[in-house]
Amino acid sequence: MNQVSTIAEVKGAVKQFAAPEGGVVKALDGLSLRIQHQQFVTLLGPSGCGKTTLLKAISGFEDLDAGEVWIAGEEMSRVPPHRRPVNTVFQNYALFPHLSVGDNVGYGLDVARVAREERDQRVYEALDRVGLGGFDRRKPRQLSGGQQQRVALARAIINRPKLLLLDEPLSALDRNLRQSMQLELKTLQHDLGICFLFVTHDQEEALTMSDQVVVLNRGRIEQIGPPEAHYHHPATRFVAQFIGDGALFSGKVANSANDPVLVTDDGLTFPIADQASLGEEATLLLRPEHLGLSSKLPEGASAILEATLEQVVFFGATRKFVCRLAGGASITAMPVEASTETLGRLSPGDRVYLTYRREVPHLIREAGDGA
Amino acid sequence: MARRGDSRRLAGLLAPASLFLGIFFLGPLAIMVVYSFLEPGLYGGVEWNFYHWNYGRILGWADGEWEDFDPVYVQIFLRSVRLALTNVVVTLLICYPAALWVSGLPARWRTFVVFIITLPFFVSLVVRLFCWVLILRPSGFLSSTLIGMGVITEPIDIMFTETAVLIGMAYVLLPFMFLPIYASIEKLDRSLLQASSDLGASPRQTFLRITLPMTLPGIAAGAALVFIPSLGNFIVPDLLGGAKVVMIGNLVEQQFLSARNWPFGAALSVMIMLVMFSLIVFYLRRLGRSEVRG
Repeated sequence: MNQVSTIAEVKGAVKQFAAPEGGVVKALDGLSLRIQHQQFVTLLGPSGCGKTTLLKAISGFEDLDAGEVWIAGEEMSRVPPHRRPVNTVFQNYALFPHLSVGDNVGYGLDVARVAREERDQRVYEALDRVGLGGFDRRKPRQLSGGQQQRVALARAIINRPKLLLLDEPLSALDRNLRQSMQLELKTLQHDLGICFLFVTHDQEEALTMSDQVVVLNRGRIEQIGPPEAHYHHPATRFVAQFIGDGALFSGKVANSANDPVLVTDDGLTFPIADQASLGEEATLLLRPEHLGLSSKLPEGASAILEATLEQVVFFGATRKFVCRLAGGASITAMPVEASTETLGRLSPGDRVYLTYRREVPHLIREAGDGA
Repeated sequence: MARRGDSRRLAGLLAPASLFLGIFFLGPLAIMVVYSFLEPGLYGGVEWNFYHWNYGRILGWADGEWEDFDPVYVQIFLRSVRLALTNVVVTLLICYPAALWVSGLPARWRTFVVFIITLPFFVSLVVRLFCWVLILRPSGFLSSTLIGMGVITEPIDIMFTETAVLIGMAYVLLPFMFLPIYASIEKLDRSLLQASSDLGASPRQTFLRITLPMTLPGIAAGAALVFIPSLGNFIVPDLLGGAKVVMIGNLVEQQFLSARNWPFGAALSVMIMLVMFSLIVFYLRRLGRSEVRG
């Protein structure tokens, strides 16, 4: 990776907070991250995983206990927030209530003493870009939540930052608006050609918009990569649970009739692909769409699981079958043939057979404690 | 839209307060306005004749027989207004930075400091002012400390000066400026300050463009709360200003208690009220406009 394409870098960031019940909470635990130019990067994780702390460390509102933040090739520890080449879209928008929409958007230019004519022109352009042309004389409180969101966005991009930080900006919007804003943000990022660093706890948001998703947990990076990689090849149990649906089975790799299998502590046996060494601890991720389902013992499938059908959930185009395995573990199947009449006649309590091709499901081989 | 039952209930809720204010506030006020147009009785009290020379004495016409016009009343008036305005400025300059500082303290310290600031209210005003006499008199704490430190050689005598009155007045009314300003700073959304900084504003720019305009209502409330009692105050000038610094409040007090010229005292009071009233109206209109615009 060459230096030019890196817009921001965090090296070994550590941040501790005093926990209210005593002791310390590590919001950032030796985290390192490199953000590439012109990318849409999402920090994804549950609340308290350190994603907002990381964002504040980059914007300068939180000092690190250890580690460095580099933006555009400069070390930032001695640079106050107002001198950093980043701008933020705040979670609650933080629009200035005493200023008009135009003055809010133009604020960054006003404090930089940009000439009136250029300032007005750029405010006009920024408002136009977010679809709020002609709203410049209104007060923020006269706008809807979605419109306020757009003003916050216009205000943050008017300084042409190298890196735009977005702190869960869509969380206050209703579902429909959120989805259309997701696409708009993606388009905006592409048009502006600047890097967006987007914080969210919503996996759908992360998967929809991002070039790169960074999954955080307890102040550490669990996995970093394009959205597909997180879904199909989660690196840890945490990522597998956090992104998408699926059942996880942990056990030891063993051999059965010369084919590798995973044997769990409950004694369940899952055929797996030949990718792990004997005796290794591993976790199998079975996504609903990996599984086929039939009422008769199927022939020719490389992996068959016996289960009891507990519930059938109708989804229009497809059906979800919630089943229970012999050991008591719950598993959900959403087979491609789910809408067919044959499967439609199944009812709770029926004995069913779940099948999958042994090379399809992903095997998680976690180093270390394994959570 | 208030429904009929709502407005009836509202009237019911407002009735006790309205009745109380009507009897005990508007009533005496009306009596005073009427008295200010009556002739003073020879031995106190009033004669029920229309008599406008009470105002003449203050504003520049005289009846030539009993009452004389004296410009000293207008001078006292102007001095009182000037002192009250100075007091507003002094308390503002002390309280705004203090309130900013307190609002930045950890939560439990904030409560403690606010408690400390209201603590003087627990002690009688007269006692507190006598303490200031002990501090300010030539042989008092201030002079002896400064002499002890070698700053001055001769004791300074600021007792019975406008400075002493101003010190006392600022001291008494400080909490009335502090509390509204503190409340408005406390209410200020910190994320706005972060947003300002994030957009490139220096701490100074953030203060001038965000903090100050957004706490203006607190400043306005504090200024009104300090100005009004300053203008009518007579205890502080009495104890710290003596006979040298007579304020409009002292004048009224003297007319009612010593000179026993109730109509003239009433006329002076009406004048104070008119000044305050016009200032407040001016003020509210300015404030109302800035609320809509800025």
